[in-house]
Amino acid sequence: MKISKKEVEHVTLLARLELTEEEVNQYTEQLNSILEYAEMLQKLDTDKVSPTAHAVQLFNVLRTDEVKNSLSQQEALSNAPEAEDGYFRVPRIV
Amino acid sequence: MGFSDKYEIVCGVETHVEMLTKTKIFCGCSTEFGGEQNTHVCPVCLGLPGVLPVLNKEVVNLAIKAGLALNCEIADFSKFDRKNYYYPDLPKNYQTSQYDLPICKGGWLEINVNGQKKTIGITRAHMEEDAGKLVHSGETITTSHSSGVDYNRTGVPLLEIVSEPDMRSIDEVLAYLEELVQIIDYAGVSDCKMEQGSVRFDVNVSLRPLGSNQFGTRTETKNLNSFNSVRRCLEYEIERQADLLDEGGQIIQETRTWDEGKGITLSLRSKEEAHDYRYFPEPDLLPLVIDSEWIERIRKTLPELPSAKRERLQSIGLSEYDAKVITSWKPMADFFDKAWEEFKDAKILANWVTGDLSGLLNAKNSSFEESPITPQQLAGLLKLIQKGEISGKIAKSVIEEMYNTGKDAEVIVKEKGLVQISDEGELEKIIMEVISSNPKSVADYQAGKENAIGFLVGQVMKATKGQANPGVVNKLLREKLTDN
Repeated sequence: MKISKKEVEHVTLLARLELTEEEVNQYTEQLNSILEYAEMLQKLDTDKVSPTAHAVQLFNVLRTDEVKNSLSQQEALSNAPEAEDGYFRVPRIV
Repeated sequence: MGFSDKYEIVCGVETHVEMLTKTKIFCGCSTEFGGEQNTHVCPVCLGLPGVLPVLNKEVVNLAIKAGLALNCEIADFSKFDRKNYYYPDLPKNYQTSQYDLPICKGGWLEINVNGQKKTIGITRAHMEEDAGKLVHSGETITTSHSSGVDYNRTGVPLLEIVSEPDMRSIDEVLAYLEELVQIIDYAGVSDCKMEQGSVRFDVNVSLRPLGSNQFGTRTETKNLNSFNSVRRCLEYEIERQADLLDEGGQIIQETRTWDEGKGITLSLRSKEEAHDYRYFPEPDLLPLVIDSEWIERIRKTLPELPSAKRERLQSIGLSEYDAKVITSWKPMADFFDKAWEEFKDAKILANWVTGDLSGLLNAKNSSFEESPITPQQLAGLLKLIQKGEISGKIAKSVIEEMYNTGKDAEVIVKEKGLVQISDEGELEKIIMEVISSNPKSVADYQAGKENAIGFLVGQVMKATKGQANPGVVNKLLREKLTDN
């Protein structure tokens, strides 16, 4: 086993998911089989290969520092479940 | 037994500075401070699905500039990473930052505490995006039923500058921060407006028994936004840790928050499993390759930095203290430099810049950038004193008039007839009158009361409405009184 049930529960919490006991067991099993499959890559000799930072071999895609139009406040808030006085309203934080 | 007999402080600081760009780091929204809430936002900085960030070139330029000013090595290859955590001020649920390949590393700056020079190491500096702003419905975050979020600040470019844990006293920490902020300000990387939150500090501190070379357990207090808060926070946190260690307790490695009103630090421990940011390379942004040509181009734009300026000012005749005061604020230093081009007595110039002119600007709520008196005009005034055309005392009223009217000193002096009387013939007449109408003081002086001369000089000054040259008056008076 690559990852334990406890690690799956930890990731569940970090991802703000609520899983049943059954789901935790199921995902532990599935995640392990995915990791085992990917394990195959360990067989490759990568001693002389530098880590890949990006799948595309492109660099320095940059834009000039020019102000573009922003959304209006109304547009910005149009998808908000709750808004108040021009703010997105969120539940108590801590 | 005092604290300093027992423990040594070990401190390092992470400094976040908002970089001085027109637009955000990954989109074209304005970075302007103080806009109406949620009006400098777009699908990119709001983290709406399907959008792609594009890096602002000016952010890279400024990060290189800061790195060079802080003696860092500029990475020829660097990339962005996602730092994952949930908080409502972070719409994407991750912050785009740099993890293992930051743009700058291995720098340093020099501090001077009570004449002792010390080098403070800079581990790294990396680019990242700022988060939004929360407004709580209650008094504090813990007593609020709900909070409002303004995403205008989300995506404003930040440079996070991480120091080595090289500081051993609060004075060293403050000296480091002041020097760092000054360098960033001079280099034009940030406007460094502390009151607008352009600069924020996270302070790491631990204690260890004197003589120990192992680090103790540290705490990190986040989001301090003034030098004064850093000082007060450190005073509190150091005492808290010392008390705990004295009682045989243990320091818990944790993040704390500073309560400005109460003057205490508080634990921010929460049920959320601590620091598991699960960094991974940002797939939406391409890596940065910076060649030496780019670096040299930026190096050429670096202005004279504070330490070099302080040395130069001392070499033209200022004391270490005056050089420090003048350079402490860039607009004042720039003003001084321009005025010095025309008036070469640095000491006298410094006195007027830091004294009368500063005082006037403060009193009128103005600044050196907006000063109605130009550097050339101040130099003009000082030349009139140097040539003996007006006294220092008259000059003090002339500078006020210059401030109010914008006129040159020479014009004001002429218009108001303030030219100092140095003509001995003219003064002699007045002196003779003063001598004949003050026989008692004359007798006192001649009887050996040296300070009686002061009264007589004063009488001459009064008769000339302050325009007599006091040096000449003094000389002539003594001659006359000895002749008699």
